[in-house]
Amino acid sequence: MPDRSNLIYCYDGSFDGLLCCVFESYEKREIPADIFSPDTEQTVLLPQREIVTDPKKSARVLASIPGKMGNDALDFVRHAYLTCLPRKELFILLFLRMGFSCGPRVMNMLADDVVNTLFKAVKHLTNEAHLLKGFLRFSVFDGALAAEIEPKNLVLPLLAPHFRERYPEERFLIYDRTHSMALIYQPYRSKIISADDFRMPEPDEEERSFREFWRLFYSTIEVQGRHNPKCRMSHMPKRYWSCMTEFGAERSTGKKQELPGGPKLLNGSGL
Amino acid sequence: MDVFDKLKILTDAAKYDVACTSSGVDKKASRGGIGNATACGICHSFAADGRCISLLKVLMTNACTYDCQYCVNRRSNDTPRAAFTPRELAELTINFYRRNYIEGLFLSSGIQRNPDYTCEQMIEALRILREEYRFSGYIHAKAIPGADSVLISRLGMLADRMSVNIELPSQSSLKLLAPDKSKHSILAPMGYIQNRIQENTTDLVRYRHAPRFAPAGQSTQMIVGATPETDFQILNLTEGLYKKYKLKRVFFSAYMPVSDSALLPSTDTKPPLLREHRLYQADWLLRFYGFSANEILDAGHQSFNPYIDPKCNWALNHMERFPMEINRAPYAELLRVPGIGVTGAKRIVAARRTGPLNFDGLKKLGVVLKRAQYFITCGGKIADGLKITQDAALRSLMSDTALGMYQRGAGFEPEQLSLFEQPRLTQEDVRKCLTGQI
Ligand code: SF4
Repeated sequence: MPDRSNLIYCYDGSFDGLLCCVFESYEKREIPADIFSPDTEQTVLLPQREIVTDPKKSARVLASIPGKMGNDALDFVRHAYLTCLPRKELFILLFLRMGFSCGPRVMNMLADDVVNTLFKAVKHLTNEAHLLKGFLRFSVFDGALAAEIEPKNLVLPLLAPHFRERYPEERFLIYDRTHSMALIYQPYRSKIISADDFRMPEPDEEERSFREFWRLFYSTIEVQGRHNPKCRMSHMPKRYWSCMTEFGAERSTGKKQELPGGPKLLNGSGL
Repeated sequence: MDVFDKLKILTDAAKYDVACTSSGVDKKASRGGIGNATACGICHSFAADGRCISLLKVLMTNACTYDCQYCVNRRSNDTPRAAFTPRELAELTINFYRRNYIEGLFLSSGIQRNPDYTCEQMIEALRILREEYRFSGYIHAKAIPGADSVLISRLGMLADRMSVNIELPSQSSLKLLAPDKSKHSILAPMGYIQNRIQENTTDLVRYRHAPRFAPAGQSTQMIVGATPETDFQILNLTEGLYKKYKLKRVFFSAYMPVSDSALLPSTDTKPPLLREHRLYQADWLLRFYGFSANEILDAGHQSFNPYIDPKCNWALNHMERFPMEINRAPYAELLRVPGIGVTGAKRIVAARRTGPLNFDGLKKLGVVLKRAQYFITCGGKIADGLKITQDAALRSLMSDTALGMYQRGAGFEPEQLSLFEQPRLTQEDVRKCLTGQI
């Protein structure tokens, strides 16, 4: 195996760009010390090399992955790319190098540090996406649905198929505050765009009343004799609460009262 | 009365029902419709009691003509009454569903007028959802004991899952506490549903597009701690229900005192939550780990060990089967090691194909070594630096809470294994398992 160089690759942050880093690493017979995307905070003083994204090179790498290590490995790498794992690019490169040399069994090498680190990161991603399928809350504005989330990983590509199947006839938008991106859907097309500074509109009366109904249901369904906030927290960590209607700022105290001065939307947990 | 008040009353009346999962079936919305379902189920929220919320769980009505002693909705209880109209309920469901608050509906009901009328009301609500809204989301409906089988059948064609609550673990308790119900009125619909599901599977083979009857199967629930049945009896009944009626799930519900009837535990009794927890753990062993009820408890040991979970308890009582060599033991055996779950066992089987596993590797696969190390070897060796003392092993098998309970309990002495009063496990066994032969 080639030596680790003290060189840092800089790529454009795209998946294709990352595959070009893999290409480069093979071509130059070297393993970079790290791989930076435009978002990486750069504090290291090592020499850097710009890796230009070349669709021909990335296509070659992409095509060789399923053949050499199987479709599962390709899926796995695509997911790994969406995680919030620090230095994920380098781990992905190391993983692919292992896969090219030892074939499909790389997917079973769970006790290896590189494979294991990526597995955990992907698990974290898929877990977060799974939780958000439940914890995400839509509001209805003019017949369309809109939601905000604050995920650690890039979950939108994983949420898209689920919500498309759930609401095939609706128009909806899911805004990812963390990454300033949005998934938009209208029958039967969807895309993910980058979107800065999205603001939710004001809810109308009907929307407010269904939020109120939901909060009523949420608080009534608890069996007081089993009160167990710790257990709740372990299933539904607090960082999700700020985007959930049941903990919304317009928390009700009584029944259908007028909501005090222009309710804030879906933010600030009331607890 | 407006919908807000109805929702409050009818949620409050339904909250003791536990069967609130949305799992067991995969579906996509039909064109022009709304709603999908995923087999693994999705939790949309967790209540402050830590229980999952995935379905709008309400009663059609809480105005019940029956008088079951353990139930808040019983005729003789003085409580506000309400009833949804089928349309109100359908609209509430759709509006919650669109906002992604829920996966679907869990609909039960008190007996309004008579079982048939009650069942018809439920059918109408489901019909609106399925036919008018073309809703493909999850619906769990409670079969009403005593309702005509034609109605149960119609309900089952509209629902994804059906359940009939066993309520109490024995016929005598049922007779005492639910005078309007009988074992027969519960088991009859259960058997009927089981037959319909089976017939329907053959229909599906013949006509590929035959509508499915309760595709996610049937479940039941029983109350624990209201009556004197032991854990052993309950677990046996559970196993029987899985075998005989092919139930997908049996749910347990720690009895919450809701009336001061002389027939029931007094109102200041704490709900037996630990017992309920142990039953769920044991149920898990039945469904996923290949245990039989008789291995977990037996006539001589009718209740669970409060300090350690049933699997650890079993392992300590079967030290002759340990230590197990991680690189060779078959999957089914790995599942019996404390600290190794289904995921862990699968990962071990996959990973050891690529090379021998050591303790460090096991840890990376998510095995809880703290527990497992007393029961396994890697390449013939026990864990490095493992001091096998009785106290250490016991501590490692107990949860922190149990450990606290144990230490606070009278006569705590680290040396003495008062913990295992069960005669099956002798001091000798424990010494053998925790010192010499591991
Ligand atoms: S039939 Fe019995 S358990 Fe069911 S609601 Fe009526 S009183 Fe309660």
